[in-house]
Amino acid sequence: MWNKRRDEEQPQPFSPPVTPAPQAPAQIQPKKETTAVSGIPVGRFEQDSKVGGTATIGKAVKIVGQIHSREDLFVDGDLEGTVEALEHKLTIGPNGTLHATVKAREVVVLGTIQGNVEAADKMEIRKDARLVGDIRTARIVIEDGAYFKGSIDIVKPEPAKAATKPQPQAASAAPTPAAAGADTKR
Amino acid sequence: MLWDRLKSFFGGGPRNPSGPLPQPALPGGVRSGARSQSAQRQTSLRTSRGLEEFFHHIREQSGLTILDLGGASQENVSFITNLGHRIYSENFLRILEEVFGLSDTVDQSNPGRIEYFLQQALDYQEGQFDGVLIWDSLEYLAPPLLAAVTDRLRKIARPDGYMLAFFHSDDKQEAVPLYAFRIQSVNTLELVRQGMHRPPQLFNNRSLEKLFGRFESVKFFLTREQLREVIVKT
Repeated sequence: MWNKRRDEEQPQPFSPPVTPAPQAPAQIQPKKETTAVSGIPVGRFEQDSKVGGTATIGKAVKIVGQIHSREDLFVDGDLEGTVEALEHKLTIGPNGTLHATVKAREVVVLGTIQGNVEAADKMEIRKDARLVGDIRTARIVIEDGAYFKGSIDIVKPEPAKAATKPQPQAASAAPTPAAAGADTKR
Repeated sequence: MLWDRLKSFFGGGPRNPSGPLPQPALPGGVRSGARSQSAQRQTSLRTSRGLEEFFHHIREQSGLTILDLGGASQENVSFITNLGHRIYSENFLRILEEVFGLSDTVDQSNPGRIEYFLQQALDYQEGQFDGVLIWDSLEYLAPPLLAAVTDRLRKIARPDGYMLAFFHSDDKQEAVPLYAFRIQSVNTLELVRQGMHRPPQLFNNRSLEKLFGRFESVKFFLTREQLREVIVKT
């Protein structure tokens, strides 16, 4: 009986390979089996695919119009119009100049913005940044040395978040700087 | 004598005995000019009855609109917004420097420039603000510009609104410290000293009453730092 099973298994090595078929390229270039398509190191590719990547508008680029981004966006050039990255982070680089209405999940300003900004999650105005316009955001960080002219509205987080974290109301009742609405950063 | 005058005018105030502190990123252009390079950052906490009085009037409500003429600072923005208010930040002294220059008080009587300055610094709707944090901004204005600014402030503040202003009270001083005012609590301020400045005029109670004569009421708090705190009801 034991020998019968052994006899049945024996022919298998002689049958054509079934599972290795997709790995045929790997047999040719076994070292590149995970990187053959993109050429990006495995770790970096996995990290980027999780984050979603960052699109960049270089400092020699000028755009007039509307931008809708479904990935993080870094703007170091000139931009006029509107920018929307509702689920993503928008960074205005030190050379970036926006004359635009901005809506994003998170906005970080190192350059210049002239226009209203809506950052659903967080807004950062870094040192040497310049922002003229009205801000609506849940949290804001303003570094010393930043220039800001306009109004700041702190909007309450979305209901789902508010349900899990009822702290903001308590913080507004007993205000302490940087407790709820804004971060303290120097 | 001449050296002492120049030194005091160009920011050579009393040195911090604990040695130089890290050079701050200054909030105001006026305060971050050439003079401030030699100025050293000195901070001190002080109790402010004027601030306490100001917040006493706005704390019970939420959704008010507050104008801060000291420029945007993290502390002030955090504190005001945590109270549930909306804050407008205006770097009054930076615009003053851009339009007139800090020490050019002669041209502050030019009607065209005054109007231009008001458009740049205080171009808001009538009755837009429930409170105005003026800090010490008015000390840097010559009489014609000062009159125009207080008149504009009266218009952009709503009736029964409140304003908080600081004035140095020592008439004999030739130069007074430049401060950035950071709110720490309802009655505590952090004063960030950023050099010295010679104001065009110094005020006493009588001149302040005259200055705010068209407002509803004026209340003074004299403090040990020779800063006169003034609450003005519009």
